[in-house]
Amino acid sequence: MSTGSVEQFQQSLSRLNTASTAVAPDELVSTVADLVEPPAVGAELPFDGLSIADAPVTLDPSPSRLREAVTGVSGSRMGIASLGTVAVESRAEGDEFIALYPERHVVVVRASDLRTDLSDAFGWLRAEFEEDCQSFILATGPSSTGDMGALVQGVHGPKEVHVIIVRDNE
Amino acid sequence: MSESQQLDADRIRTLLESEGDEIKENTRLFNTERYDAVKAVGEGAHEDNRTQAREIKADAIERLPELIDRTRKAVEANGGTVYVADDAEDANQYLAEVADNVDADSVVKSKSMTTEEMDLNEALEADGLDVWETDLGEFVIQVAEEAPSHIVGPSLHKSREEITKLFEEEFDPDESLDSAEKLTAFAREYLGECIDDAEVGVTGANFVLAESGSIALVTNEGNARKCASIPDTHVAVAGIEKIIPSIAELEPFAELISRSATGQDIPQYLSLLTPPVDTPAIDFDSRDESYFGNSDADRDFHLVLLDNGRREMREDDDLRETLYCIRCGACANSCANFQSVGGHAFGGETYTGGIATGWEAGIEGNDVAAEFNDLCTGCSRCVNACPVKIDIPWINTVVRDRINRGKDPGFDDMLVDGLVPDKEEPGTPLRKRFFGNFETVARIGSATAPLSNAVASTGLARKAMESVLGIDARRDLPEFRRTTLREWAASREPRVADPERRVALYPDVYTNYVRAERGKAAVRVLEALDCEVVVPDVGGSGRAPLSQGMIATAEKKAKTVAESLLPYVEDGYDVVAVEPSDLAMFRREYEKLLPEAAYERLDGNSYEVLEYAYGLLENGADPDVLPAGDGDGIAYHSHCQQRTLGLEGYTAAVLERLGYDVLTSNVECCGMAGSFGYKSEYYDLSIDVGETLADQFEGAADERTVVASGTSCMEQLDSLLSPETHHPVELLDPERR
Repeated sequence: MSTGSVEQFQQSLSRLNTASTAVAPDELVSTVADLVEPPAVGAELPFDGLSIADAPVTLDPSPSRLREAVTGVSGSRMGIASLGTVAVESRAEGDEFIALYPERHVVVVRASDLRTDLSDAFGWLRAEFEEDCQSFILATGPSSTGDMGALVQGVHGPKEVHVIIVRDNE
Repeated sequence: MSESQQLDADRIRTLLESEGDEIKENTRLFNTERYDAVKAVGEGAHEDNRTQAREIKADAIERLPELIDRTRKAVEANGGTVYVADDAEDANQYLAEVADNVDADSVVKSKSMTTEEMDLNEALEADGLDVWETDLGEFVIQVAEEAPSHIVGPSLHKSREEITKLFEEEFDPDESLDSAEKLTAFAREYLGECIDDAEVGVTGANFVLAESGSIALVTNEGNARKCASIPDTHVAVAGIEKIIPSIAELEPFAELISRSATGQDIPQYLSLLTPPVDTPAIDFDSRDESYFGNSDADRDFHLVLLDNGRREMREDDDLRETLYCIRCGACANSCANFQSVGGHAFGGETYTGGIATGWEAGIEGNDVAAEFNDLCTGCSRCVNACPVKIDIPWINTVVRDRINRGKDPGFDDMLVDGLVPDKEEPGTPLRKRFFGNFETVARIGSATAPLSNAVASTGLARKAMESVLGIDARRDLPEFRRTTLREWAASREPRVADPERRVALYPDVYTNYVRAERGKAAVRVLEALDCEVVVPDVGGSGRAPLSQGMIATAEKKAKTVAESLLPYVEDGYDVVAVEPSDLAMFRREYEKLLPEAAYERLDGNSYEVLEYAYGLLENGADPDVLPAGDGDGIAYHSHCQQRTLGLEGYTAAVLERLGYDVLTSNVECCGMAGSFGYKSEYYDLSIDVGETLADQFEGAADERTVVASGTSCMEQLDSLLSPETHHPVELLDPERR
């Protein structure tokens, strides 16, 4: 498996009208704080040594908190550089709800987890399936529909996605 | 489509007027975006994915019983349940029991054609449940109480204004819903509450992965994610044909499905779920309790695998390929007729577009397929669009044949049996036998020309043709030539002493009896390019009977053609065809009609005339022996089946090389499609399709010579544009100098 480049990933995201910010690990919490529009909810990140516990987000929120939230923050253990795709994993931390309900989804992905293209991402998925991690949503940009007579973003999922890329490999 | 909505001229006219504009705009957008997306990823890469996807599907359908077993074991090991339902009623009953077991009041659904096929909503509603479609397109037609008009975009026949009117009447909102944004926001809010309140979430499954017991869902809105994760109970419903072995086989489909459907490289959301998932259950009754209400409920997962005729389809050598279908809708988007009239005409109980005939014949029966099967003209534009390479026109032809054979023999048969030389069983409708036996009509018409033309064009004869054969009186009839191409060629001396190549020019029925001038031009052009040309004594290719679903007759003709032409091939002749629909028989359909060796021999040695001229020029033939274009303008319409074979470019290349300025049409089909445009009930549709082509050439027709490769296309252009249309080879004719 090869690693996709941050630059290509960011280019792909901008084609999806999805903003992105590349930061050093120690800038993560302050970046999240800048990007969330309150109220915000979150799922603790699936990475050793990276946490959003100190960011202004509610972890393990109540249903009403979840519904009221404007921003949801969660992590992705994989990104696809050629497509701007992230992986929302079905975890006990509730990533799926955090990534679905709020209008704005802020996703944290590590630069070292970027794959070059879909084929490379499938290599990663096959390995994950082997390890019994078998539920992911490959999410590419905001939710959208053309069913109401014109293309609209923000249907049952987020209207806006912002990706934070943590440069952990420099 | 109910029985009261039989497809006649009135119904087609009504749909063209009420839904045609939206259908055209949306299907053509999908179609264009598919072409662009394929180009962007590279034709080669796309083709590799199609080849792989087809192999995987063919293998999976072959191993289906084993894969169903493996799926059951895996899902059960994960803690879920698998139910294989024999038919729709069985599946509906199971779902009703699941809902009953959890005391459900309401069910939310994401988009699923399989549950449409089952009429699940009606079944659950009859049990007192509220059922909500959460895909916005499905929601629109649920509110409108209509059937989907397209596999992927169920409501794409509705304009934004119509949806606004519908929603304002139904929901009486405080603010006007006069934009797509407002409509979407309203639906999000409304359906969001329905989802949060529902006890059961039903999704489809685009793919089922046997080894891990997973499902893959392709969506853009996010509603399937919600339906699968928010209610504690998740039921996924899929046809048994959706199973593939494992995650390892999913990759080509992930590449293909959205690109083929909407031109997206990847859907917004590709969900790979192996339920019950680890996402915690959420309890909206404990709304202020942390950790999503701290629910102690367990997630419950059921996979319903629906047979409903599929096992029989699997045993059926001709319908089996239908089971490879991944429901992308590309066959509908690439279909000229569908682009005009949509799925409310071109569809059955559930499925729409080209592949619908296979599904409806297999699931509902031939009678339902018969309601719309004739709308497939066999133009073959869906063949290259299909991501799993299903030969959709062939399935449609086979079902047409079965429909013909299922008809009771009647008066028609007594009238024509013995008069026509076909191999069909009694029952085949008279009109189909007339068009299917056009070669006989042409032979007699030519032998008695010009009298036959004069008689046929009288008002009385046209009236009789309209009432007995359904031949629309507004169409001009072909005028038969007294001297056929073959007779003309036989009277000529060999012109080329030391030929570079030897050519057997195939005298198709039209070129031989009706459009002899294009055949003569072809002979003179090939001779000028140093070829010896013979016009063999050989009959029709079988295209006409095949188009009417008369396979036995087509097969007989194919064998006769092969017997006549293959000796020439053995002697070193190349077979050259003027009419693309006949060349397409040699190169495509004969694979189904001839022994393999004969097909391969003919396929490998037959050429379209401009393709052949291109090859000669590339190999050193002198273009100066042909008249120069001198910058003259040409408006060129290639032929649908020619384009499917990838041969459009040769004509444009040759004309450009000779100095013409070539404008090429980009419509999928001219709308005439052999006999289709002659048939009374399809006349309006044929003209509607043709007008798109005419519009592309309208502005140019005054300054450009209009040329078309196919006979039908020439007839359609002649009737829609004033100037007389020519075959491109006529421009190359040395006698034009």
